[in-house]
Amino acid sequence: MQSQHIMRSFDEELRLLTNQIGGMGGYAERMVEQAVAALVSGDAALAKKVIEDDAFLDEKEREIGEKAVIIIAKRQPMAGDLREIVGAIRISGDLERIGDLGKNIAKRVAAVTEARQPTRLFRGLSALSDLALTQLKEVLDAYASHSADKISFVRDRDEEIDAMYTSLFRELLTYMMEDPRNITACTHLVFCAKNIERIGDHATNIAETVYHIVTGTVLPPERPKEDKSHKIVAPTQQED
Amino acid sequence: MEGDENGSSPEWLKAAKRRLGRNWPVLAAASAAFLALDLHLGGGGLAAAGAVAFVLAVAMLFPGGGGERVAMQRSEGLAPNIDTLPAIHLAEAVQDPLYIFNRGGEVVYANAAAAVAFGPIAPGASLQLKFRAPEMHDFIARVLADGEPSATDYAERVPIERVYRVSAMPIGEGTGLFVLLFKDQSEARRIDRMRADFIANASHELRTPLASVAGFIETLRGPARDDPKARENFLQIMQNQTARMARLIDDLLSLSRLEIRPYVTPSDKVDLRLLLEGVGDSLAHLASESGVAIEFELPETPLEVAGDRDELVQVFENLVENACKYGSSGGRVVVSAEYAGPGGEKTVTVTDFGPGIAEEHIPRITERFYRVDVETSRAQKGTGLGLSIVKHILTRHGARLSIRSRVGEGSSFTVHFPPRP
Repeated sequence: MQSQHIMRSFDEELRLLTNQIGGMGGYAERMVEQAVAALVSGDAALAKKVIEDDAFLDEKEREIGEKAVIIIAKRQPMAGDLREIVGAIRISGDLERIGDLGKNIAKRVAAVTEARQPTRLFRGLSALSDLALTQLKEVLDAYASHSADKISFVRDRDEEIDAMYTSLFRELLTYMMEDPRNITACTHLVFCAKNIERIGDHATNIAETVYHIVTGTVLPPERPKEDKSHKIVAPTQQED
Repeated sequence: MEGDENGSSPEWLKAAKRRLGRNWPVLAAASAAFLALDLHLGGGGLAAAGAVAFVLAVAMLFPGGGGERVAMQRSEGLAPNIDTLPAIHLAEAVQDPLYIFNRGGEVVYANAAAAVAFGPIAPGASLQLKFRAPEMHDFIARVLADGEPSATDYAERVPIERVYRVSAMPIGEGTGLFVLLFKDQSEARRIDRMRADFIANASHELRTPLASVAGFIETLRGPARDDPKARENFLQIMQNQTARMARLIDDLLSLSRLEIRPYVTPSDKVDLRLLLEGVGDSLAHLASESGVAIEFELPETPLEVAGDRDELVQVFENLVENACKYGSSGGRVVVSAEYAGPGGEKTVTVTDFGPGIAEEHIPRITERFYRVDVETSRAQKGTGLGLSIVKHILTRHGARLSIRSRVGEGSSFTVHFPPRP
């Protein structure tokens, strides 16, 4: 993968570090997946498990941070190696945040599913989470294979996630206006959707870090914003 | 010589036959093989006779295990190359995804099936980084630590739901290499899921037309019993509703069938030019009915992509049909294809000049049963499944759909085929 170092143990340390990122990534992906599944199926036990799992990611992030600092202090790495280590610190930060967002979704399960909700409320949300999870999987795969080929598509997908979020926001707003009894569930669902949208943003951050690790250059800064939910207002009449 | 030997001692042979029981044919084959090999190598058959005698002796002394021993010797005799057969050839011949990795968890080799199922991976990349799911991560760590054969289950949700039985074991003795083999078990899971989804969707979507039919039957038997005009009217509505249910069932079945297909990118070569012209022909009737002219802007040269012909026909039929139905006010539909040059994407765009789609609906319209406008969709005999079928087929092909639209100006649906790896 990289050029061999004189000290084999340095390679070993680097590999352990990146493997731990892999472990964190797998955990974060699983948490988000299970949080949304718990929400859609109203599974309180699964939600509880997700909330407990978050501690693992916090712990791992700390561990990776410490390890990285020790490697930097001991080996004083340069160029590619340094990028690899600093990148690991940044990615672990993003993954830890993704875990928090997943946990937040899980926490809302009880409130949303207190009364049985119609499935149409969840349809958009699971589609949104599939998009975000695909995005996360692709960037972590790019990290695993050390390739920047697919990175540009990741941004396209981020746009898609933002657009979908905006649309979902509007839809949930309509349900709230249709029937005030929907307000509790829909408000929580709006937050869940926002969390998923944020997960997409973190995935994009990771994509940028991976690009930097692999190429040594920074992705061009253009980041079009499709999230127009801040402009949405409830229509004054029932007809939308 | 072998014949002489057998012929000269028939009593001995009979006793041996009894002793050897059903292993006899195997032994005979082994003897023949030894003889053939020996003669081929230029020997006089003497060595073969010796080998046969040895084999027989062994078989007689160990009636239980003798057969197996002989079979082993025989295979050595028949395929002298098995010792030197490179493991890589064997791995390539395996149809299931297979990885070979070293003690450090680094991928040494991945076969073609693995690249198709999980994407390319560079040699030297970390396996635990590629398969990150907690159970897989721990599984690989355990195998590396113990060096013992082991197995686990692995499930993936995106981009398509897949379930695998994964087994790992060390190769040979002291090689420091391990093999990781994936066995696809998705079908059973998908069938389960399909049944659940089908029931949920079908019951929900079929209930509306069914309720309407039931209502009209009640009216026809009651208040409208003697009103021929109303009767004719109601029967027409009932016919429309049952036709709708039939379409819905067709689409649901078609989607379900697609979903249980294994996740393997179809690899036949399809010329999009011919395919698109065929789609144009088959929809000519619908187009003239909707008052729309279908125009083609296709390149001069063939435009080949890897795919399944029938599925791609369905994709473009659905797209063009939608354009004709929902964009009929524009009067024309343009089907254009482009090739960005070697290493670039191939794209096909279906454009209509109708009312367009409001921005907030665009990201959602490929969801099942999502309708921009329920009334228009019903009037156009839409089932709410057309675009989700399109999206599903394209995902299977590794292609994607992008949608651009402006209210009042029309919409364009572009299919992007990735450059071939």
